Amino acid sequence: METGSPDDTGTAGATEPVRDQPVWTGLPPGLLRMRRLLLVVWLGLLTLAAGLLPGLFLGPFWAALALLPGALLAWGWVMLERNWRSWRYAERADDLLISRGVLWWEETVVPYGRMQLVEVTSGPVERHFGLASVQLHTAAAATDATIPGLDPAEAERLRDRLTELGEARSAGL
Amino acid sequence: MTRPGAEKGPPEARNGPPGATDAAAGAEDRSGAGADMSGAEGRLSGDESGAHGPGDGVVERRLHPVTPLRRAWAPVAVIVGWAVHDPDQAQRQLSRLTTTTLLLGLAVLIPAAALYGFLTWWFTHFAVTDTELRIRTGLLFRRTAHIRLERIQAVDVTQPLLARVAGVAKLKLDVIGTGKKDELAFLGADEARALRAELLARAAGLAPETAHEVGEAPSRQLLRVPPGVLAVSLLLTGATWGTLIAAVVVPTLLWLATHNLWTVLATALPLLGAAGASSAGRFVGEYDWTVAESPDGLRLDHGLLDRVHETVPPGRVQTVRIVEPVLWRRRGWVRVELDVAGSSNSVLVPVAPREIAESVVTRVLPGVTVPTDAMLWRAPRRAARCRPLWWRGYGLAVTDAVFAARYGLLRRSLALVPHAKVQSVRLTQGPWQRALRLADVRVDTGANKTATARLRDADEAARLLRAQAERSRTGRRDALPDRWMA
Repeated sequence: METGSPDDTGTAGATEPVRDQPVWTGLPPGLLRMRRLLLVVWLGLLTLAAGLLPGLFLGPFWAALALLPGALLAWGWVMLERNWRSWRYAERADDLLISRGVLWWEETVVPYGRMQLVEVTSGPVERHFGLASVQLHTAAAATDATIPGLDPAEAERLRDRLTELGEARSAGL
Repeated sequence: MTRPGAEKGPPEARNGPPGATDAAAGAEDRSGAGADMSGAEGRLSGDESGAHGPGDGVVERRLHPVTPLRRAWAPVAVIVGWAVHDPDQAQRQLSRLTTTTLLLGLAVLIPAAALYGFLTWWFTHFAVTDTELRIRTGLLFRRTAHIRLERIQAVDVTQPLLARVAGVAKLKLDVIGTGKKDELAFLGADEARALRAELLARAAGLAPETAHEVGEAPSRQLLRVPPGVLAVSLLLTGATWGTLIAAVVVPTLLWLATHNLWTVLATALPLLGAAGASSAGRFVGEYDWTVAESPDGLRLDHGLLDRVHETVPPGRVQTVRIVEPVLWRRRGWVRVELDVAGSSNSVLVPVAPREIAESVVTRVLPGVTVPTDAMLWRAPRRAARCRPLWWRGYGLAVTDAVFAARYGLLRRSLALVPHAKVQSVRLTQGPWQRALRLADVRVDTGANKTATARLRDADEAARLLRAQAERSRTGRRDALPDRWMA
């Protein structure tokens, strides 16, 4: 995947006083596909159950109950895309920016020098969709800097780059 | 180690960046700027058998011989607990006991307990090397903890009441990740003090050959809280009265409602306990609170029955909070709390007049002036629609050295975070805040505390986020090295 990382983030850029606007990178569509599939599978089953069971036992009128999970499914379908679009990250010369959330928006800045550990995780479902998450740990547990749904290659590139930058700019507690 | 989040995930997918590798290699050339949590690693070494030294010329020592007695009360407590839990059963068992079986039981139990205590003591060793405190312990499951001295956040010497009678003390190094099992309990009181001086001297980077004879660094007293002031301050604290009133009112109401003695007792006893802890308990714990300054850092000594002596080396304080309960305001008193990573203590000054407390704060955070009320930027007026009334308490000030955020209407609390201690900066905005163009800025520190600048203007918050990240990145440059005397 192509990254938006600018070229001036090397050693020369570290001392440059000019701090341009961050170059944001969004998430690949794989995460949206995975979340939508999970949504359709679970809520689809629920819709079927809500439509069939009361329809068979209580009369056809009760099959209208299926509208409820159905509406939820449609709403979730839209919401998932909005949420997926809201996730983005930017590697700047000295810190990593992560922005996420639509209604509850949160933007996190982690200076590279404060990183203690970079973790790449991938669960069974994520692996099936070819996705991996990168999680940054600092000495503060409240720092919740996770980037979900990345390409495994991109996740590894990010991990290596963050580790390298962290070593170069390391600072303690 | 400390954070649960760090443990999950497959091992091959992890990468230990900044410090994990250098700690393993024991590299010392990082001039103390290395950041990692590996300092406190307790390594389990199963193959080490017997009480042999590690073999590199390090002198190993044992704890004080009274140590085995510290757990002597445990079997008694178990029996008493069982008897209280199930009185009928205990009665029946007791009546069945004859003198012979009793004596026989004691003849087995006491030597067994004594042997266990003795062996635990015999197999516990500690040694001080140039860079580490090593503790080897364990009878069946051997455990070796190597605690790196340049990572220490604080040193505590505590003397519980009985230990004071016996003339012994516990010593604990606060490093991120150390727990109860990493404390040296017990040492002779003088030995503990000498060991503390030696550990601090080595941690400070003094020459290793002189480290064990430099002795205690001279200290200068900054503040001593008179018992009268402490007592009055506790009487003027809402929590004291709240728990006391709850302890009186709730059981009375319950008695009127149920007329059941057991229910009343079951609720009254914990409530009374809480009331006692928040009034008398705090008085006993914070009695004779002394703050002193020495080249080794800040010294806090306190306690009426249990004496506690803490030392916080320079540059370890992550956050200082100045708390001002409403009833103290007329007298101009404040309480100062501090956060040190890996340390459980959180009080710096239990009560003191504001000017004196602020002078102590400037000692703890060098180059910091505590922002006055006039210097704080208030939240914009429209914040009243988001958090009526409380918005008046919110304030923020950013100086060259600290990020200061205040909250609280009655009990005001001003948190000061030095820029060098900021681990990450976050901006959060909920839907209602979005509608009013407001946002919160949160600053996370290494002591797992977060200072929040609440309800700022959204544009200001965005600027603050970028600027604070920049300040915390550069703030580290003029911070003290971990080995503060090297």
